[in-house]
Amino acid sequence: MSFILIAEQVLNGLQFGIMLFLMAAGLTLIFGVMGLINLAHGSLYMVGAFAAAAVAGATGSFVLALAAAMAAAAAAGALIELLVIRRLYDKDHLDQVLATFALILIFSEGTRWMFGSFPLFLQIPPYLSGPVSLPGGIEYPLYRLVLIGAGLFVAAGLGLMITRTRIGIQIRAGENDREMIAALGVDISRLYTLIFALGAALAGLAGALVGAIQSVQVGMGEPVLILAFVVIVIGGIGSIKGALVGALLVGLTDTLGGVFLPQFFGLFMAPAAASSVGSSLASMAIYILMGAVLIWRPTGLYGVRA
Amino acid sequence: MAVQLADKMVQSEKVDVMTGIIWSNLAMAVIPSVTAQGKFYLSPNAGPSALAGKGCHQNYFNVAWQNDNLHEAAGAYANSAGYGKTFILAPNYPAGQDALTGYKRFFKGELAGEIYTQLGQTDYAAEIAQIRASGADSVFFFLPGGMGIAFLKQYADSGVDLPVVGPAFSFDQGILQAVGDAAIGVVNTSQWNKDLDNAANAAFVESFQAEFGRLPSLYASQGFDTANLLISALEKADVSDAEAFRAALKAAEFASTRGDFKFGNNHHPIQTIYAREVVKEGDVYTNKLIGPALENHADAYAADCKM
Repeated sequence: MSFILIAEQVLNGLQFGIMLFLMAAGLTLIFGVMGLINLAHGSLYMVGAFAAAAVAGATGSFVLALAAAMAAAAAAGALIELLVIRRLYDKDHLDQVLATFALILIFSEGTRWMFGSFPLFLQIPPYLSGPVSLPGGIEYPLYRLVLIGAGLFVAAGLGLMITRTRIGIQIRAGENDREMIAALGVDISRLYTLIFALGAALAGLAGALVGAIQSVQVGMGEPVLILAFVVIVIGGIGSIKGALVGALLVGLTDTLGGVFLPQFFGLFMAPAAASSVGSSLASMAIYILMGAVLIWRPTGLYGVRA
Repeated sequence: MAVQLADKMVQSEKVDVMTGIIWSNLAMAVIPSVTAQGKFYLSPNAGPSALAGKGCHQNYFNVAWQNDNLHEAAGAYANSAGYGKTFILAPNYPAGQDALTGYKRFFKGELAGEIYTQLGQTDYAAEIAQIRASGADSVFFFLPGGMGIAFLKQYADSGVDLPVVGPAFSFDQGILQAVGDAAIGVVNTSQWNKDLDNAANAAFVESFQAEFGRLPSLYASQGFDTANLLISALEKADVSDAEAFRAALKAAEFASTRGDFKFGNNHHPIQTIYAREVVKEGDVYTNKLIGPALENHADAYAADCKM
């Protein structure tokens, strides 16, 4: 077990966590401010990736593709907020789950109908591809470093927006007391549409960024969605800071657990058994983490409401 | 889901012959119950080891391969290419375990590492880091579908430049276009390729292109062979006469896209498996035959099958 391998795996965990944060940030805002469980958030991630692949294929520009991903996901988000989600705010969670699950099916089949069921091609631009050498002799893909940087940049921007701007004040106020801020003359339904579109744009951005190193295909959003829910439960619902810390915790636990648990069991078990025990424990690790956090703090790390 | 659909077809729609399942885990759930009810099952893809050996059944025919086959050929190819230390990885499900078992059965060198990944995993950064640290001279992987696309793109970007060998699934016609340049030069093993030289194959490739406007995939060739096998058997015997129909299937007298085709005692194919290389023809990524990796190869479980 060399230092280089450990450092590389920590970077992998950070990168995974940062991408989870982009998904979880929108989800936690929507859940925290509007009290809405949005299962279709994974579909918005997929919409972003497909929009990016289509635009990158047509223009060859990765920057344009990212812009298109955010625009398309934000537009799709605003549209479903106006048409469907708006009717769900005062319903209970079961109705919300059913309706947004239906949206997943509609988005998946709609995408299959538009783009076919073969995976699409989306590539890292040449100026971001290949490995770079870091101090200590670590070779690491440049693109993944850029992902970490981009994610931290978005996190900082969101943090500033929440704490320093007028819209941020409205979001925080909406989270605390919906009726009161409506009574104070804030257009609450416009605010909701805006938050929804913002969350959707972040999901779309994550889909496009990750789509370039993974595969752009129907159904790519749902596995990430589950992890994003784990993140917001760990971080505390409604808290952007909680989403960031939770996402990094989940990313690191999942990556490092997957690598080191099998090796740990290998110290005192036969290789085949160690590998199977280790990897099954590793896939449980984030849920064990979630359970432990909830026992310690039932509202999550930075959550205020139960 | 798969089991419910199969039950519905067998019990309420009274089908006689079933086919179609791609994934081995679904096949394992469906096939034993279908054959136990006296129906025929022709597998166009999945060939889990459990159904080739002790669990074989007289009504179950596999038209594609036993799951281990292409991986065994990959192991044989790795020997002939002179690789001595391979890092191997596959998802943790029946076909993944069969894949690594198959590779190890024929590969004579030592293993630099062996990893089972999660089914549906899309990020392989952690595995690639382990490959880099392992001191391997080659990599063998079996990651069908989107998993393989993700792995190849990330592998190409990581700067690890060890040669890669794999079964055909991650280099199939439908997938290659999404992988792009990352796949070029990779050697993979398959019982079929579009440039296999026989009349049935030439006609199949040409008519497929005319109909759909793209090159056929490996899965398409297997589906085509399965349908032709069924047609050839139906011409000779009626399904209601199970004995005669089974014999007609077993005879496998149809023009296969892979040339000679025959069934072994466990109703799995005995066939030649080729090595092929990913190339770019014009704008299209596709495969070119290199040569046979294993000739007239039967699977390792046939001896356990008593029927």
